Amino acid sequence: MECASQTNKKEIKANNYNRNNHQLRIICSADTLRTLILKNSVRVVDVRKREDYLQSHIPTAVSLPLSQVLSKDTPEGIIDILQNLGIPDEMPIVTYDDTFGALAARVAWSFQYVGHINTALLEMTFSQWNNLGLETEKKDNIFPKEKHSLNINHEIHADTSYVTAAKASPSKILVDSRERLNFLTEHIPGAKNIPYTMLGSNGGILRKPKEIRRFIENRGISTDSEIITYCGSVGTLSGLAYYAFKLAGLKNVKLYSKSFREWKSLGKPKEEFKDANYWDLSAE
Amino acid sequence: MTNFKNKSNQFPNFSSKWGREEENNIFAEKVKLFRQGKISGDDFRRFRLQHGTYGSRLHMDYSMIRIKIPGGEITPEQLEKIADLSEAFSIGSAHVSTRQNIQLHWVQLEDVSEVMKGLVDVGLTTREACGNTVRNVICSHFAGVCSYETFDATPYAKAIARFLIRNPICQNLPRKFKINFACCTQHGLVRIADIGLVPAIRDGIKGFTVYLGGGLGAASFIGRPLEEFTPEDKLLSTCMATIRLFDRHGNRENMARNRMRYLVQEMGWDKFQRMILKERSIVEMTTASYTAKLFDVKAEDKQLPNIVSTTTKLPVVDKQISLKSNAYQRWLHTNVVPQKQKEFFTVFITLGAGDITANQIRTLARSIRKFSAENAARNTPQQNFAIRFIRGVDLYDFYNTISSVGLANPGALTIASAVGCSGTTSCNLAITNSHRLAKEVQRKFLELGLDTDDSLRDSTIKISGCPNSCGQHEIATIGFFGGASRIGASMAPTYTMLFGGSTGEHGELGKTIMRVPAKRVIDTILRIIEIYRQERSDDETLHQWIIKIVKGEGIGSAKNMENMKAILLPITQLPLAEEDPESYVDYGNDTKFSAKTARGECAA
Repeated sequence: MECASQTNKKEIKANNYNRNNHQLRIICSADTLRTLILKNSVRVVDVRKREDYLQSHIPTAVSLPLSQVLSKDTPEGIIDILQNLGIPDEMPIVTYDDTFGALAARVAWSFQYVGHINTALLEMTFSQWNNLGLETEKKDNIFPKEKHSLNINHEIHADTSYVTAAKASPSKILVDSRERLNFLTEHIPGAKNIPYTMLGSNGGILRKPKEIRRFIENRGISTDSEIITYCGSVGTLSGLAYYAFKLAGLKNVKLYSKSFREWKSLGKPKEEFKDANYWDLSAE
Repeated sequence: MTNFKNKSNQFPNFSSKWGREEENNIFAEKVKLFRQGKISGDDFRRFRLQHGTYGSRLHMDYSMIRIKIPGGEITPEQLEKIADLSEAFSIGSAHVSTRQNIQLHWVQLEDVSEVMKGLVDVGLTTREACGNTVRNVICSHFAGVCSYETFDATPYAKAIARFLIRNPICQNLPRKFKINFACCTQHGLVRIADIGLVPAIRDGIKGFTVYLGGGLGAASFIGRPLEEFTPEDKLLSTCMATIRLFDRHGNRENMARNRMRYLVQEMGWDKFQRMILKERSIVEMTTASYTAKLFDVKAEDKQLPNIVSTTTKLPVVDKQISLKSNAYQRWLHTNVVPQKQKEFFTVFITLGAGDITANQIRTLARSIRKFSAENAARNTPQQNFAIRFIRGVDLYDFYNTISSVGLANPGALTIASAVGCSGTTSCNLAITNSHRLAKEVQRKFLELGLDTDDSLRDSTIKISGCPNSCGQHEIATIGFFGGASRIGASMAPTYTMLFGGSTGEHGELGKTIMRVPAKRVIDTILRIIEIYRQERSDDETLHQWIIKIVKGEGIGSAKNMENMKAILLPITQLPLAEEDPESYVDYGNDTKFSAKTARGECAA
């Protein structure tokens, strides 16, 4: 269903949003988001491809394809993006995608990293939103520029030297979010595998917190540990894992955003498993 | 599309709950205790196997989970759950075994309890799928629809399975124990099981021909008939007597000789038979009526769909097909068989060595719901799925639906549908990548259109990655089991080839002919087919021709096994590794072959 009849028309809105800022936490329900949209007190960020956005999107959403974030992936670059999207410091942000939450997670993490704490992921993908018959529109929303301060949140980020040093500390656990066969093929030595496929549920991008907590505890990982998540290339799958672990109540979680791609390119050690032809089990 | 009233109410019959919630919690707890060093590795292994969980090849942090499908009957809901679980915790695909199990590979040990939890939600279990227990009770996938059967054996198979699962008498047997039900004398694997049963009717009384002491392995035996006819009221006592006797007298010392077939061999058939019959009298006299009632065939009986009209449109199947035939005709010819219910057809889903992705499973489940009047599937020992009770008018729509996800390959009922155990993809015992080889055989045969040649249709190719017969190579027309051969200074992956195995009530074991390098297996089979085509007489099928050679009754240049061996020798001789390095690398590898194995887990 569509709220407006205009198609693909650019509309620059006055930024007279309701400054009674709602504090979001990790996941934003569809109900909450709809209320915030009605109250005009949220910035909805669509992380899908630009052409998908132009087809149909959640009302008031702005378009921010992941590629844009990755091409400006420095703290200053992210601040620039926030300012251009008309997002001031305290404004609640809700991100969504159609890639089981992984792209939305990576963007949300970038915002939180540069200090925009009031950011959450929509509990579902755009397809699920659409299938429920919730409101959509086609307008290309653009808002006046705002000022945003830079306040780096070092707590949630790990770089290669941090990961290298962390391996010596038993209370720091490295979690690989890639699928099982990729993990078996090669991974950072000592990493534990929690594939992103374990984290989603049928109706939403993440399972119930108690289930995710149980997966962690089953692996003998203390929920007091520091967890560093990584994946194959740019921190999307591990971005989703970052939020899954936060949702499960873990206090100290970091994203190794440059992930295994950088680790390998630097010639760092890998653990490999070559004693079985597991790839031949695939039916593709 | 035909409407069946109340289909969802009629099926599935969820009295069929096999799993138990508490068992996953116990499993999760045991894993923790094991990781904390509070229970020994041996104790944990026994427990793990009892709950259907194997260690994976050379990496015990990962497991293969074997889901039992008693009688092979599985509902769309169960299939969808398996798809979800394989995506979340395994590798995004599931694997149909040769004994009506569905296996999930490379599951982290810590997640096994999560998989079990999901299975319990849809009534499935892994309980006693491995270890020294009564393994999944299998039943011919034609049972209930077979034109040759006297009655449907399915409820009997499920009732025996339900009676024996978690039964104290089955918890610590000398070794694993297998029960196979057939539908008729032709279909089924009754002579290669500890107990094999063929339904029969004598003087109006339902019963079975019972075969005992068969089994495949490093040494294989064909089961022998216990008596002329066993009425159904003696079915339970016969099975119990056999298990009890095996439990008491089976070899618990020598792992290589502890299957029941060795007991039969050591004791001699006459003595074994006498003891079984005596034990059966004791069982009959001492079984409490409460216990006997736990064997409840009626409770497992589901109403099969009735014929609702006689004006069905039968599919037009071309008598002769070729590579040039259209894809649908080819599929109809090689994957679809009529049922005894004239309205309906059974359709086979061609898989590659039993592999199916989560997405394919979901589409299959939807198609079953839409098109199968019994709203269920059966998995087959040929590592495929049989979808039964599909009306002739719906076949084309069914084909189109499954074809959209690559499930409409032809050849399921032909020589192209090669069986391959998991081999070095996941098994500790495997020497060669039998799994990949089976897929390569299938790919090549379909490419050449060998599925379209009806004279090859009753022939089978079955491949195991070691001598332990999970690929059932001894009952194939042409069977292979994996090994390693030293040639010069290098090791090459090789297979021992067997000729002339067969199934059914007159099943025979294949005879060893020669060793064939892994990379020459396909060429060798193709050469055999070539010779057959030159030398066969009249309507003789490849299978019949090979049996004649095994018996030394061939009439062409290949009169017997020795002739055959001599003819094939040039293909099977490898040059040194320097001249042909590819032949010293197994399928799926990029480095030189070396035989690596670890301790088997078949016996707990």
